[in-house]
Amino acid sequence: MRYKVWNMRRRCPKASGGKDALGEPNAITWWLIKEAVRMSENRAIVYPYIPNSVPRVKQEMLKGVGARSEEDFYEDVPEALRLKKPLNLPESLLSECALKRHVEGILSRNRTCQECLSFLGAGCYQHHVPAVCDEINQRSEFLTAYAGEPYDDHGRFQALFEYASMMGELLNMDVVNVPTYDGLQAAATSVRMAARITGRQEALIVKTIHPAVLSKIRDYCAPNLQIRLLDYDAKTGQIDLSALQAAISSKTAAVYFENPSHLGSLEAQGDEIAEIIHDHGGICVVGVDPISLGVMAPPVDYGADIVCGDIQSLGMHMQFGGGHAGFIATRDEEKYVMEYPSRLFGIAPTSVEGEYGFGDVAYERTSFAEREEGKEFVGTASALWGITAGVYLALMGPQGMQELGEGVMQRAKYLMAKLSKIDGVKAPIFAAPHFKEFGVNFDGTGKAVAEINAALLNYKIFGGKSLTSEFPELGESALYCVTEVHTKADLDRLVDALTEVVS
Amino acid sequence: MSICADHGRRLGLIVNPVAGLGGRVGLKGSDGAAIQQQALRLGAVPQSLHRAAQVLERLKPIKDELMLYTYPAEMGEEAAKRCGLDHTVIGSIVAGQTTAADTARAAREMQRLGVDLLLFAGGDGTARDIIDAIDDTLLVLGIPTGVKMQSAVFAVSPISAGDLTLASLQGRIRREREAEVMDIDEDALRQGIVTAKLYGYLRVPHEDRLVQGAKTPSSGRDKAAMETIALQIIDHMEDEPLYIVGPGTTTRAILSKLGLDKTLIGVDVVWKDKLLASDVNEAQLLNLLEGRTSRIIVTPIGGQGYLFGRGNQQISPKIIKQVGKANIIVVATPEKMDALRGRPFLVDTGDPETDRWLSGYTRVVCGYGEYSIYKISYAGEN
Amino acid sequence: MQSITEKRYTDGRPNLRRFHQAKWDEPIIFELSNPGERGILPPPIEDGIRDAVGDVASALPDMLRRKTPLDLPEMAQPQVVRHYMRLSQENLGLDLNIDIGQGTCTMKYSPKINEQLARTPQITELHPLQPEETVQGILEIMYKFEQILKEISGLDRFSLQLGAGSAAIYAAASIIRAYHAARGDTGQRDEIITTIFSHPSDAACAKTAGFNVITLYPDDDGYPDLNALKEAVSERTAGLMTANPEDTGIFNPRIAEFVDVVHKAGGLCFYDQANANGVLGITRARKAGFDLCHFNLHKTFSTPHGCGGPGAGALGVIEALSPFLPTPVVAYAGNRYYLDHNRPQSIGKVRAFYGVAGNVLRAYAWVMSLGAEGLMEVSKTAVLNNNYLLKKMLEIPGVSAPYAKGKWRIEQVRYSWEKLCKETGVHSEEIGLRAADFGVHYWTSHHPFIVPEPCTLEPTESFSKADLDEYVEILKHVAHEAYTDSDRVKTAPHNSTVHRTDQAPFDDPSQWAITWRAYLKKTERGKKG
Repeated sequence: MRYKVWNMRRRCPKASGGKDALGEPNAITWWLIKEAVRMSENRAIVYPYIPNSVPRVKQEMLKGVGARSEEDFYEDVPEALRLKKPLNLPESLLSECALKRHVEGILSRNRTCQECLSFLGAGCYQHHVPAVCDEINQRSEFLTAYAGEPYDDHGRFQALFEYASMMGELLNMDVVNVPTYDGLQAAATSVRMAARITGRQEALIVKTIHPAVLSKIRDYCAPNLQIRLLDYDAKTGQIDLSALQAAISSKTAAVYFENPSHLGSLEAQGDEIAEIIHDHGGICVVGVDPISLGVMAPPVDYGADIVCGDIQSLGMHMQFGGGHAGFIATRDEEKYVMEYPSRLFGIAPTSVEGEYGFGDVAYERTSFAEREEGKEFVGTASALWGITAGVYLALMGPQGMQELGEGVMQRAKYLMAKLSKIDGVKAPIFAAPHFKEFGVNFDGTGKAVAEINAALLNYKIFGGKSLTSEFPELGESALYCVTEVHTKADLDRLVDALTEVVS
Repeated sequence: MSICADHGRRLGLIVNPVAGLGGRVGLKGSDGAAIQQQALRLGAVPQSLHRAAQVLERLKPIKDELMLYTYPAEMGEEAAKRCGLDHTVIGSIVAGQTTAADTARAAREMQRLGVDLLLFAGGDGTARDIIDAIDDTLLVLGIPTGVKMQSAVFAVSPISAGDLTLASLQGRIRREREAEVMDIDEDALRQGIVTAKLYGYLRVPHEDRLVQGAKTPSSGRDKAAMETIALQIIDHMEDEPLYIVGPGTTTRAILSKLGLDKTLIGVDVVWKDKLLASDVNEAQLLNLLEGRTSRIIVTPIGGQGYLFGRGNQQISPKIIKQVGKANIIVVATPEKMDALRGRPFLVDTGDPETDRWLSGYTRVVCGYGEYSIYKISYAGEN
Repeated sequence: MQSITEKRYTDGRPNLRRFHQAKWDEPIIFELSNPGERGILPPPIEDGIRDAVGDVASALPDMLRRKTPLDLPEMAQPQVVRHYMRLSQENLGLDLNIDIGQGTCTMKYSPKINEQLARTPQITELHPLQPEETVQGILEIMYKFEQILKEISGLDRFSLQLGAGSAAIYAAASIIRAYHAARGDTGQRDEIITTIFSHPSDAACAKTAGFNVITLYPDDDGYPDLNALKEAVSERTAGLMTANPEDTGIFNPRIAEFVDVVHKAGGLCFYDQANANGVLGITRARKAGFDLCHFNLHKTFSTPHGCGGPGAGALGVIEALSPFLPTPVVAYAGNRYYLDHNRPQSIGKVRAFYGVAGNVLRAYAWVMSLGAEGLMEVSKTAVLNNNYLLKKMLEIPGVSAPYAKGKWRIEQVRYSWEKLCKETGVHSEEIGLRAADFGVHYWTSHHPFIVPEPCTLEPTESFSKADLDEYVEILKHVAHEAYTDSDRVKTAPHNSTVHRTDQAPFDDPSQWAITWRAYLKKTERGKKG
């Protein structure tokens, strides 16, 4: 409707020659415009999401405040800044029915991991999402709440406190934050925390790190930290201890490594690495896939000081990468707690016996390293995924986590063994234990990963993520991921398809 | 509530019965018997009794445990009686003719009795009497009553003084702040000359507000902010110039960081990280400045936001001009800035021309790498 | 038959609800554990696999094997569901309350159809690294939504990768740094200017990104002070990061001059558009000459707040800055959509993969349901609601709206209870806790409290006149209580899930407990148990 009015505004002055001395529409023109507005508003669209779009109500409210129209409210927006014509946006789809059809039409061009068999991982994982997880995270009470007080939103505080508590059990640590954006942010913040705690300005990062995490650390730590990369052992994929010894010094704030590494190998020298770091007064930061911890040792057990990672594995759908949330865990020491930029929810008694209350721990956190002054920032992050991960861990329990971990490792091992039997295929690339991901090298097949993956798509299979551009030293290699959703038949199907593709 | 059991409940109350007398009848203060008589003749009604009673009303939730010590008659006894609170009267006075000495004596005796908090109804003059009488271990809170209130020891209203007292006695206050006690020479003021002196600092309970689950933590505590300001200043100190450091807790933090003793209510001079002179006057400053480049570091003094002319008159117009406007470094914690509620900094050096020259905008160091641009006004500017 | 409406009103004013928040006295989940119970069973390993590989986990090197017992709760599925249902009931979502009290947060209705669409397998079961030809649908939505934001802002290129508002602001600061660095200007330009009533994230993010921060205070009328800005700029100026309207709801009419002053000094200008809800289709970033801007999809564009995320941020820039945007960006090649990773000047990855795709979808669907006209209706209604509320609020004794006296506001107002507090001793946060007794949120404001005893109300387009009337009636009632029975207010909440919580442990390292295990270690209970 408004569009028509604008058309009139443009046309009317011409038709009546109706401009004033300043070239503005004259009174008659304005009257015509107002009439048009009035007429159009009689037929105004009433928007289902906008209760006060009912013209009668609007008039009543305008009258109540003494305004002629909503235009009055924009008195402070100078004419020069006003848009003179409506935004050029697609035609609206006012009915829910039409909107649904439109969006579903676009989405139907996707092919999902339900339709195809996927071996993609590399930071985003297709684990089974229990129905209860979705049931809870679509509860309106959680989904549509935001930042209320512990009194209005007790449920959120308790659910997130419980999430942190269950993660604490998994990680064997006493302090876990309310989730940050994702594992990238968690890693970058962990490194900056280490810098603040030690007052040092250099971090050593092992080259087997996820490239996206490295990119994030580089951007996020640029103002305060020198980032140096550490070589890995070409055979095992594990840290080259002599390289670590050579690089580390009393200037090193932190050494960061992932376990499992981005390339799938497990780091079996964690205790030695931590010792070397501690000998130099540095902080050992370990990124970990929490779903591995039903069977694998929590990093603190081999000497980690700050442990971080992503919880997407724990009950979040992949969502094209939208299911991520990050955690940071430390021991319960003031020097660590005070460096968290994230919110930390604590439990405390209330004025009524036996009642649990919650609140923000050390709310006015002041950095020990005043020069950095970096409490960083905190804002809307990924709380709903924290609640969901809590639900997941409660459902799984200790036995579920253990069984899941064991099963994943068995499936991965099975697939590695089968793939290795294909001519020219090597799996895994590294002589090391693996959890759910492993590198597969195709150099012996004479085929490129891109070629192989394109061929696999014809079998409705998403092959592993290509490592060729980010890790050229590994040749034609791809990172394959196996989880509990894969059956023996799935794994055999991949092996059969690959056998055909590379032959 | 059980959490209160082991906290002190001993409260001292001193009412200055003549505080605030002068204000309503336009006498710019109430110091001295003659002025008080004149005020009463002009129809002034004593405010302090009423205000003190307003505060005591708020303490009724703990009236059974409260141990209230006060001075006789109009110096507190009447207020306690009016509110029906049990109390112990100590000391003696000549009713109707109380003096500053009575206030000082009362404060001394209450500290000796070991009160947990000393509450007084009065103005700058009363605060000054108290600071002279007690040592700095006693927690004090002012009920705003007087005409002049340059000092920062007062609660914003009697009611909030009551709530703060209650919270403090219940052990719900975990923070304190050091608040300036300032006073203006009233005789001079009546002749149109403002000379405010910084007398020292009193420890005041600092309200611990219910922490709200907001999305961004607040700027942190005053002490931490002082630390970061000190680091910022020290990291950027130059070798050549003399640093003239004005009074205040924020400037004290800078010297502490350098390992130097600051004269809290005076002006010190630092050169090459060393204390060149302490508690200097204008003449000494002028001597030191001879042939040298210099900087001035100041922080606003008192609750009114004075940069110059209140409590740091040693840094006179002559000195300010010699140092140069560009070489004035203003430091203030965010908390101090917030307390101004957007009101500008003030200057009142005694020289209108200097005041005008200083007015405009200044950069303020508020933390490490944190600055504000803030307005400076001079007395008499619109 | 008597209308229910009549019973709910007295003299045209809504009666207050006899609200009581759900109170389940729900234990901490660990206390519900019953050893042996299972909530869900992972798929068992098939014989064919087990026979082939044996027990892999126990073959792990000793250091890698978990030896610490895993003390998670053990619960059957119905018990897990019931626990979380109870917790959810103890939480006030926007769907349950007149959520206008969380000012600056732009609490608005998140349409259910969009939620449904975002939860179809067509998006939830997409892996971000799938071949591009299998994700054309979601890429199309991302691409089209970018076009929409370009039109709304007038800027040239957007990244949708940002986790939320603050992440977008941080990325903006990173881009400002990268831009100056690319010109060989890094060391020189190390100052970001912001205003005190911009969102505190503008200062915090700039600081985190390594800049010094200069904060401008408002002029006497509460408008950003142009003269102060002129004092602030220099050859050290890297940029300006400011909201408009600011969190007071006041629009800076001199914003174009602000931008001009900073440009002349060689800085870039970032428009924090967290407060965009009142200006959609009214004005846009390009108009005032901004170089960068951001939107919060979970605020302005209706995606749910999720108890504090996942949100989503969109960061827009002018053409000259587009090489610095995070990697990858979505592009269109005439017949297919693709992800452009080849961006050598980019600040890199800022969030996992491409951001929160589900929220981009929700936001896209929201805009499509409204069109240009509807967006304008959103803004105009939000602004009408706000000014209606302003008038009603100012009728409450003890409340004021500092600054810009007598002027209209845009989409929110920062009120002050200073007078009420002086007269009754009741603080703003206590008013909020009492308001909770009537089933609504209320939030003071971000620190610093330049406006004394503040509260910020933002009645978006989702709320009806009746909703606004009811909210005002609640605050009016609480204010009246403050004057007549202040203890009632000061001891609130009375009808909430829990009562006043002892705050002392939260600041005491020997008492604070961020996890259950820490709580058990630090309390008698744990020592006994």
